[in-house]
Amino acid sequence: MPGLEDLYREIILDHYRNPRNEGTFPTPPAIKAEGHNPLCGDELTVFLILDGDVIKDIHITGQGCSISRSSASLMSVAVKGKSLKEVDHLLKIFKSMMSISTNASGEPEAVEPIEYSERELGELIALQGVVKFPVRIKCATLSWNTLVQALEDRAS
Amino acid sequence: MERMNTPTTATPLNVTEIRKDFPIFTHQNGKALYFLDSAASSQKPLSVLQAMDNYYSTTHANVHRGVYQIAEHATELYEGARVKIGRFIGAPNPARETIFTKNATESINLLSTCLTRGRLKKGDVVVLTEMEHHANLVPWLIAKEQFGIELRYIKVDSEGYLALDNIDEILSGAKVLSVTLASNVLGTLPPVAHLAELAHKHGAIVIGDGAQFVPHMVTDVTDLGLDFLAFTGHKMLGPTGIGVLWGKSELLEALPPFMGGGDMITDVTLDGFTPNELPWKFEAGTPPIAEAIGLGAAVDYLQDLGMQNIREHEIKLLSYAFERLESNFGKNIVIHGPRNIQDRGGVISFDFRDIHPHDISQILDQSGVCVRAGHHCAKPLMRHLGIAATARASFHIYNEPADVDALVDALGKAQAFFG
Repeated sequence: MPGLEDLYREIILDHYRNPRNEGTFPTPPAIKAEGHNPLCGDELTVFLILDGDVIKDIHITGQGCSISRSSASLMSVAVKGKSLKEVDHLLKIFKSMMSISTNASGEPEAVEPIEYSERELGELIALQGVVKFPVRIKCATLSWNTLVQALEDRAS
Repeated sequence: MERMNTPTTATPLNVTEIRKDFPIFTHQNGKALYFLDSAASSQKPLSVLQAMDNYYSTTHANVHRGVYQIAEHATELYEGARVKIGRFIGAPNPARETIFTKNATESINLLSTCLTRGRLKKGDVVVLTEMEHHANLVPWLIAKEQFGIELRYIKVDSEGYLALDNIDEILSGAKVLSVTLASNVLGTLPPVAHLAELAHKHGAIVIGDGAQFVPHMVTDVTDLGLDFLAFTGHKMLGPTGIGVLWGKSELLEALPPFMGGGDMITDVTLDGFTPNELPWKFEAGTPPIAEAIGLGAAVDYLQDLGMQNIREHEIKLLSYAFERLESNFGKNIVIHGPRNIQDRGGVISFDFRDIHPHDISQILDQSGVCVRAGHHCAKPLMRHLGIAATARASFHIYNEPADVDALVDALGKAQAFFG
């Protein structure tokens, strides 16, 4: 059995205790999407302020376990100030790291393995151990799927 | 209810011996298994597994059909299990009134479907409580959406009891009261016999959801004042895939059939059909024969121990758990539901510090402690409590104080870990 330290890395606990970019934004100008995991009741809302194709600011609010909350916090730091193209790339390598991935509706989907360096992932690498606990992967991917949802809603 | 609450000289369960009857405890590669999730599904004794195995190995054939020995024997075993299970809940006419379903959920869906087909009219009122499991909520929400019944709810007070101050107003004009006999989240044991008496005065029929009650308590449908009782096999040492709906003969007879197919008819023409007699009228298609036999063996096992003894055992475990959890963690633990142990079934839902139940459950798992984390299929109740999820420990006959000790130790680890 993998140890707890594989799952609960220090960075994760720090982001769980002190979540970054927590809160809401008025909509508009922000766009938002709500995500939830019906299995465990975790819920979060992602607010984005876009400037052209750049995520100028992001706030996240909600409730959930340490993995879903810290993953949301880590994601907010990772995508803030990034272009949508960069965010898309981050999403792809994050999902690749999670290897068993899920789409926005929580269904498993095949992820093409892609080449990436750990440097590109930055602090997100802390979530690598989650993959050893398959039932928790959905917790880690909830915020990312909600972010995608917000961007897709805007596009439609 | 009366029988359940009567103090008797109970014989303590010999848990060491009981655990030897449950293969799962000896199949853990030497690792300890502290199984505290029987409210989700109980473990199975060898006698249940053997009863099903024996049936498949020695006398499997379809029931109610073949005129040959093994088919007749299979039918005897299946119908014998029915009578045994019916008697277990005090059914006045067990052979006719005990209907096999897939689980408690299907039993309630059968009722909500057949009642709206045959007995209820648009606008009729069905009364539920705020503490119902989704199984006794969503079928009625479907009936509301598709048929147009109206729903009223008995509220839950701050201590986890049903708020009964305006009960006559709620029941006034109601046609159905459908209520849990034991909350799967709070443990609350509503005063069902009292509620049934009131409901009957108002002309309503009374349905009990016994999923969390029948496996743990002396159950007598007449004492409880019920018209229908739904429960499931897998929470009472039986296999999955088998549940029961008990109903009063005259009420069942007046209902139209549920599903159509083989076995539920006496005659079929191209223009119509004549439904079979009770109980087969409600059992279309080949039933879960092995599962019914397995549930019969589970009932034998429970009755050998004595339901009153089982209840006393769980009360002792509950008291011990309350004492240990609160003396160790004080204000850091919040246990939901009634404080009076006599008023609760064997479940303890709790919040622990501000640690999310998923994280608690994950850390407990490292110590071999199995608890449920989540909304327990009772989202309206969770909203009422103002929480998204709880961790829940629940007991059955094979649990002992060592399970509670392991829970307390593992929570201590979670506390140290999350600081």
